[in-house]
Amino acid sequence: MIMKINRFFAYLLATLLVLNTNIAFAADRYIVVASTTSTENSGLFSYILPIFTEKSGIEVRVVAKGTGKAIRMAQDGDADVLFVHHKPSEEKFVTEGYGLQRFDVMYNDFILVGPDSDPAGVAGNSDITAAFKQIADKEALFASRGDDSGTHKKEQGLWKKAGVDYEAASGKWYRATGQGMGATLNAAVAMGAYALSDRATWIAFKNKGDFSIVSEGSPLLFNQYGVILVNPEKHPHVKAEEGQAFIDWVLSKEGQDAIASFKLEGEQLFFTNAQ
Amino acid sequence: MNDFSQAFSLSLDLIFSLDARLAEIVLLSLRVSLSAVLIATLIGLPLGAALATLRFPGRRTVNAFLSSLMGLPPVVVGLVVYLLLSRSGPMGSLGLLFTPTAMIIAQSLLITPIIASLARQVSEDLWGEYRDQLTSLGCEPLRAVPTILWDGRYRLTTAVLAGFGRATAEVGAVMIVGGNIDHVTRVMTTTIALETSKGNLSLALALGMILITLSLTINVATFMIRDQVKGESL
Repeated sequence: MIMKINRFFAYLLATLLVLNTNIAFAADRYIVVASTTSTENSGLFSYILPIFTEKSGIEVRVVAKGTGKAIRMAQDGDADVLFVHHKPSEEKFVTEGYGLQRFDVMYNDFILVGPDSDPAGVAGNSDITAAFKQIADKEALFASRGDDSGTHKKEQGLWKKAGVDYEAASGKWYRATGQGMGATLNAAVAMGAYALSDRATWIAFKNKGDFSIVSEGSPLLFNQYGVILVNPEKHPHVKAEEGQAFIDWVLSKEGQDAIASFKLEGEQLFFTNAQ
Repeated sequence: MNDFSQAFSLSLDLIFSLDARLAEIVLLSLRVSLSAVLIATLIGLPLGAALATLRFPGRRTVNAFLSSLMGLPPVVVGLVVYLLLSRSGPMGSLGLLFTPTAMIIAQSLLITPIIASLARQVSEDLWGEYRDQLTSLGCEPLRAVPTILWDGRYRLTTAVLAGFGRATAEVGAVMIVGGNIDHVTRVMTTTIALETSKGNLSLALALGMILITLSLTINVATFMIRDQVKGESL
């Protein structure tokens, strides 16, 4: 009986090893990029990364989080490259010594989306601050990311500019989902709430319902993406050579062309502006 | 509902077109969850049987503690494993964060208490039957563990399957420690969460249907094998 049980456990152990044999042989030419949900969810990375991997032999593993979490990940040394969209936080990241140097990569813009019924009457208003003020005045529902992401930081800045105390309204007309852009759009559509989104995620989003863009075009809605190599002096295991190769490629003519040629539903989603 | 019928035909399409991306995700899901179940079984079954036979002070407290661990929230387990495996954490030098190994570790922690706790209950019943006989033969309680596990093997299948169900169904832990990296740590549940967030509700639901079917198949197959073996041995 003891023999049988031992044999049974030996089988389990053997199966476990067989299941995981390939772990030891995993490719080691890879980097981890901490990025945002917008670059991943829009499909940009699945479009450009194979081109880079083909050329360099370096696999790129993207962990898509809000900008706040992505920066935290990079600070902890859990990523080799940071690719996000909130310039002040990125510059702080470099100043504090976590990153080497920040480069502009590309941009697009934020948009305000809302239901066709337009309860706050903001449709067509390109003055985003006025539109935000009006939503607050009318106490129309607004769905916020509430997750410390680049989009959330941008939105908080806009409320401040509009002179609205959004925190006091939290739980009333202001609803913080604490989730990614797509999940927040799902919630907004379901509640009939306005939401601030990056244009790429919105175009790629498949559950628009009766929602459309109600405000766009303000210079305040500019959305710049930047790329930074995590400082190998802070974290010696950072794959500086491979990470730098990726950054060089993204900033090169070939990389920039790849980004610019990425289209969804016939629309260009990201506009390149590397120096 | 349009979404449901659309999802249903989409799931059939995906299965019968033998979609390569789907196969990759399904295989990784199985690899991670089966590995976690194997580890949890190796630890949980002997642990459960030992707890049933041994008498020691504070035994009730340990049992209550183990039972309450059955309800461990996956996100908490995920977060703890994340902090341990992060480069800034105590086990950071292993470089395991965002790998399938990290996902296996998290799921093992999640389901070992389930298998151990259920195994303890099954073993306690058996120990109640055998105790006098075995102790009169001068058998130490711990020496009875293999006997109990062997005699309880059919009933213990349920404990193992409960662990497997929990492992394949959870998304919180694998999402945090795996990072949902395309081709590396993307499994069924994280794909469903991702597609939902992209607004691809039909695709997400279709994947959900495939996951449920898969889980059902494994459960039915296990019970059939068990009954087959049981029939032969009687």
